[in-house]
Amino acid sequence: MKVPTMAEYMAEGKQPEVLFWVGCAGSFDDRAKKITKAFVKILNNANVEFAVLGAEESCTGDPAKRAGNEFLFQMQAVTNIEVMNAYDIKKVVTACPHCFNTLKNEYPGLGGTYEVMHHTQFLKSLLDDGRLKIEGGSFKGKKITFHDPCYLGRGNEVYEAPRELIRKLDVELVEMKNCRKKGLCCGAGGAQMFKDAEPGDKEVNIERTEQALEVQPDIIATGCPFCNTMMTDGIKNKEKEDSVIVQDIAELIANAQDL
Amino acid sequence: MEYIPNILFAILLIFGIGYFGKNVKKLSRNINLGKDVDRSDNKSQRWKNMGMIALGQSKMVRRPIAGFFHIIVYVGFVIINIEVLEIIIDGLFGTHRVFTKVLPDSIYGFLIGTFEILAIGVLISVIIFWIRRNIIKLKRFLSAEMKGWPKSDGNIILYFEIVLMTLFIVMNAADISFQQAGNGNVISQYLYPLFEGNVETAHIIEKVAWWLHIAGILVFLNYLYFSKHLHILLAFPNTFYANLKPKGEFVNDANVTKEVMLMMDPNADPFAAPAEGEDEGEPEKFGASDVQDLNWVQLLNSYTCTECGRCTSECPANQTGKKLSPRKIMMDTRDRLEEVGKNIDANKGTFIDDGKSLLNDYITPEELWACTSCNACVEACPVSIDPLSIIMEMRKYLVMEQSAAPTELNVMMGNIENNGAPWPYNQMDRLNWKDEN
Ligand code: SF4
Ligand code: SF4
Repeated sequence: MKVPTMAEYMAEGKQPEVLFWVGCAGSFDDRAKKITKAFVKILNNANVEFAVLGAEESCTGDPAKRAGNEFLFQMQAVTNIEVMNAYDIKKVVTACPHCFNTLKNEYPGLGGTYEVMHHTQFLKSLLDDGRLKIEGGSFKGKKITFHDPCYLGRGNEVYEAPRELIRKLDVELVEMKNCRKKGLCCGAGGAQMFKDAEPGDKEVNIERTEQALEVQPDIIATGCPFCNTMMTDGIKNKEKEDSVIVQDIAELIANAQDL
Repeated sequence: MEYIPNILFAILLIFGIGYFGKNVKKLSRNINLGKDVDRSDNKSQRWKNMGMIALGQSKMVRRPIAGFFHIIVYVGFVIINIEVLEIIIDGLFGTHRVFTKVLPDSIYGFLIGTFEILAIGVLISVIIFWIRRNIIKLKRFLSAEMKGWPKSDGNIILYFEIVLMTLFIVMNAADISFQQAGNGNVISQYLYPLFEGNVETAHIIEKVAWWLHIAGILVFLNYLYFSKHLHILLAFPNTFYANLKPKGEFVNDANVTKEVMLMMDPNADPFAAPAEGEDEGEPEKFGASDVQDLNWVQLLNSYTCTECGRCTSECPANQTGKKLSPRKIMMDTRDRLEEVGKNIDANKGTFIDDGKSLLNDYITPEELWACTSCNACVEACPVSIDPLSIIMEMRKYLVMEQSAAPTELNVMMGNIENNGAPWPYNQMDRLNWKDEN
């Protein structure tokens, strides 16, 4: 797997086409690392010149901001912006809607303006340019449902790019009763991922998993590492891990092509 | 003697409108207790949103049944104001159905006919609304915050509508000259036989219905201030001033930016005296613990909230039994703001600390921490209210002023500070995944 860093590009005096912002989950979480690798395989396969920041990347500060620590968020943001501006970064792609949202919307006000894309948008653009081909492979004819990540959907109104990619997999896309604008949160956002839920009758991810299972899918597609964890846990809780798989759209595309 | 009714009417009108005006002033004073926020950009988009969402009711119809009946009541309300104009002119000048003299018969008949049909439509809709609230007991009208006043408030307005619409029809039905002209009496003609026998009684009934109708409208107008029904007026400014940025974007606190830039700037002298002319003032408080810390749009939001509960019924935390209800956040904000306003009135224009605050006395940290910041409430609100922004401001206060985050969140934040990730991994290991299997 070819994963060049910005420092390496810089040493050669070159600029990559796009910076791949891996994010904390994508770098450290075992489940999310698989998404990261799947995405890199697709990029390599499509001959995209990308680079990562590697050890120079730091948390965007999203969980700090959503938890109410604006100070920590801005410290993180300013540090990251300094690094990115030093490399003269123009275009960023990330597989995490939380990173996507902060980089795209909240960094410009602090001096970091980039063209930011969610990986589903980026893959869609590769598809449109003919640089990427998507075929169903082993997924052909399977029933699949997509869970809208809040920060991609409602937060930034990206609803169609992930769906268009899914349709290319020759699968049957079925929508849950809460989808697009009305999508139900997986329960991880707003820094909830890092703490126990307040007392209630149920965990949010269980509610969402039940909604997904209502449409009897073979696959639950996700577009966010946190959603992925939440849905995977939900499926385990419902003891459905043998019949339903939870995968990120990048994983589905990479797997369909045996990358 | 013959001018007495006109004078009485003028007094009634002046008193009704005057009292309303007084309350509007109080309302705007209260809203202006909030901090400033700039919403003067992109006027054309703002007008468009107001047209679509408030005037066009575009978000109401996302729930088609409620939306449909709401539109009837709304259109009825708006159009019937033309009739009210006629009533006011008649009342002030002692005329009778003055518009029959200025408008061609066909138009007058069409207008009144439309009003009568709408009045029946409103009656039917209101009865359906009443049944939904009181017999079918829709879940979102039963939440904890909907007991007591909010529940009666919801019903009172329905009774108001029933009485006003009935009075309107009766007034028309008992108006013998109007019935004999047979123009526009599409509904009231069926009630006319009850009155046509006795001219005297019919005249009295007509007069009584006329007076009660206009008095009822004035009482209704003045009731608004005390009710969630303020939304029929405030929905317009509220949709106009709503946030136009992507919902995922949360404001970057400018005071924090100043501090951060100072810390990051190697040339800045942290002990330097503030520049000449720059007002040191009180140190800024981060986030919000009370209504004065919120901005005026958030306060306007709280007065606009119709307590419909669409936000709460979409809220993932609420759906899974947690205490958080975005509707309650809005209702609490309004209740506290009213309390602060009354305090100011009682103390000759200044607020005297009452030992209470929006945080804790109204909204508990438990509610605030249950929010996933998913924006479902913001998306669901038919009048563009943003409960999430208030939740976030209060979280900011809890964390930045009180260091009162749940322990696990403190651990997460400590990790970000030390390792650049919410988990305890070394930043140097960020690329390890590349070589793992
Ligand atoms: S943003 Fe918070 S309050 Fe609003 S619906 Fe989501 S969880 Fe509930
Ligand atoms: S905030 Fe909006 S959706 Fe929620 S109760 Fe108030 S008006 Fe209804």
